[in-house]
Amino acid sequence: MPKKRVNRSAWGTLSLFALLTVFGAFMILPLVYAINNAFKPLDEIFIFPPTLFVRHPTMNNFIDLFNLLGNSWVPFSRYIFNTVFITGTGIVGHVLLASAAAYPLAKHHFPGKKILFSIVVLSLMFTPAVTAMPNYMIMSWLGLIDTYWAVIIPAFAYSLGLYLMKQFMEQIPDVLLEAAKIDGASEYRIFWSIVMPNVKPAWLTLIILLFQILWGSDGNGFIYSEQLKSLHFAAGQVVAGGIARSGAAAAVALILMSVPITLFVFSQSRIIETMATSGMKD
Amino acid sequence: MRANKHSYILMAPYMILFAVFTVLPVLVSIVLSFTYFNMLEFPKFIGWQNYTRLFLEDDVFLIALKNTLLFAVITGPISYIACFVFAWIINELSPKLRAVMTLVFYAPSISGNVYFIWLMIFSGDRYGIMNGLLLKFGFILEPIQWLKTEGYIMPIIILVQLWLSLGTGFLTFIAGLQTVDGTLYEAGAVDGIKNRWQELWYITLPSMRPQLMFGAVIQITTAFAVADVSIALAGFPSVNYAAETIVTHLIDFGTTRFEMGYASAIATVLFLIMVGSNLIVQKLLRKVGE
Repeated sequence: MPKKRVNRSAWGTLSLFALLTVFGAFMILPLVYAINNAFKPLDEIFIFPPTLFVRHPTMNNFIDLFNLLGNSWVPFSRYIFNTVFITGTGIVGHVLLASAAAYPLAKHHFPGKKILFSIVVLSLMFTPAVTAMPNYMIMSWLGLIDTYWAVIIPAFAYSLGLYLMKQFMEQIPDVLLEAAKIDGASEYRIFWSIVMPNVKPAWLTLIILLFQILWGSDGNGFIYSEQLKSLHFAAGQVVAGGIARSGAAAAVALILMSVPITLFVFSQSRIIETMATSGMKD
Repeated sequence: MRANKHSYILMAPYMILFAVFTVLPVLVSIVLSFTYFNMLEFPKFIGWQNYTRLFLEDDVFLIALKNTLLFAVITGPISYIACFVFAWIINELSPKLRAVMTLVFYAPSISGNVYFIWLMIFSGDRYGIMNGLLLKFGFILEPIQWLKTEGYIMPIIILVQLWLSLGTGFLTFIAGLQTVDGTLYEAGAVDGIKNRWQELWYITLPSMRPQLMFGAVIQITTAFAVADVSIALAGFPSVNYAAETIVTHLIDFGTTRFEMGYASAIATVLFLIMVGSNLIVQKLLRKVGE
């Protein structure tokens, strides 16, 4: 895209930037407030009038939080493990299964292809709440209730990944695949050694999008054992503790949000590249 | 069939799980919506009874329906347009500034459900940031119980929902804008396009139709599915059901009262509303730039 474009009026530029600034502030100020709160001593959190920025930064909230969780019935490290395990396994499984399913949908011709893909697109429109209860029954028939798998296995079959992967794989030139076929590679070999390496940026996008979903999941309704619950669930309990725990709650907020944001910052350019090239053709 | 064996084998693991955890639940839900089912006894067929009860006898459902439509009508279009407008402005910035602004707008929706920050902002005592500011500047004399006062609950949830709503759709638009062919703008200038608004309507929007469709699906679904924010901020149930939505109503009957047949009817209604509005919006989007 050319740096300078024609047809630009200074007044228009100015008003658009004003708009961007005002709404940008609306988006970011609550987060700035949350970050600052995490470093405020308790008396400063309850100062009147309230302040946005911290005056006497302290790490006490984090120390309190770790003491609080250290004394809880389930050790804090267990919650971290649970969340990391659910997030990690869910992502790996989804990327593999969705890619394997996306490859034939993108590159092969077979009966039922159109219908299968339209069902997946239609399912983008469901909110999990619509299917939560029948899902519960199915889980209990399968004996998955109160295990990690109740959260992980449905994540393998989210529709977003299949959709993104299919659109991205359509960009791979057919010539490349045909050349491999002539050399005698099997379909599985082609998928694994040619298609998968070619869609690396798409994995990354998918990993980020899925990370956000799974990182924030608390298995609510499917997991009862305290030992299996997620970081997000533990955090919710700290927040529910009320005024006495306001400092610790602010620290929890910071810890929870810093992980996905950091991940996004480091992968931003690659993600946008994927979404751009994935074409989203219908 | 034999020739396509490999295609089916590759798809099988995903499709089987997809069928079990997405397609089957929707079908089960539709079937159960015509039954009385309490999880203990075998479901009993009762025809349209759940639906007539839902629309004729359940006052709270009507509040939920009204609130959900209100959310969808306000947050749906605003967030969709906001996603596009901000992506569009950001796209004209230099790459460094673009990365920063993308993060600023995208951060709330990726920061993993930290909307409980807003609990601190709208806290009902004088230490809540909103009460603190209004007291300091003398607009009010007493702290307001923001989240316990019927009239304030909905506007606050709408505000927070909007704050959270620049998510996947926003990212798709940013990406889509970068794929618009730059030479089209030059050609447009030659053809007499006079300002950036005409550029937007005649060149940018039509070039982005696939992303606009995808973004619409995501935003519509999110706008109809408001529940987490409502529960986190206004409580469950909220004061006088002021923040009840179809999804919180569904959660109420499904997980608290174990009236599965009735809850399934609620889910089916929500499902139909979502698909219906998606079809309407997609029809409208086909007209863009014509």
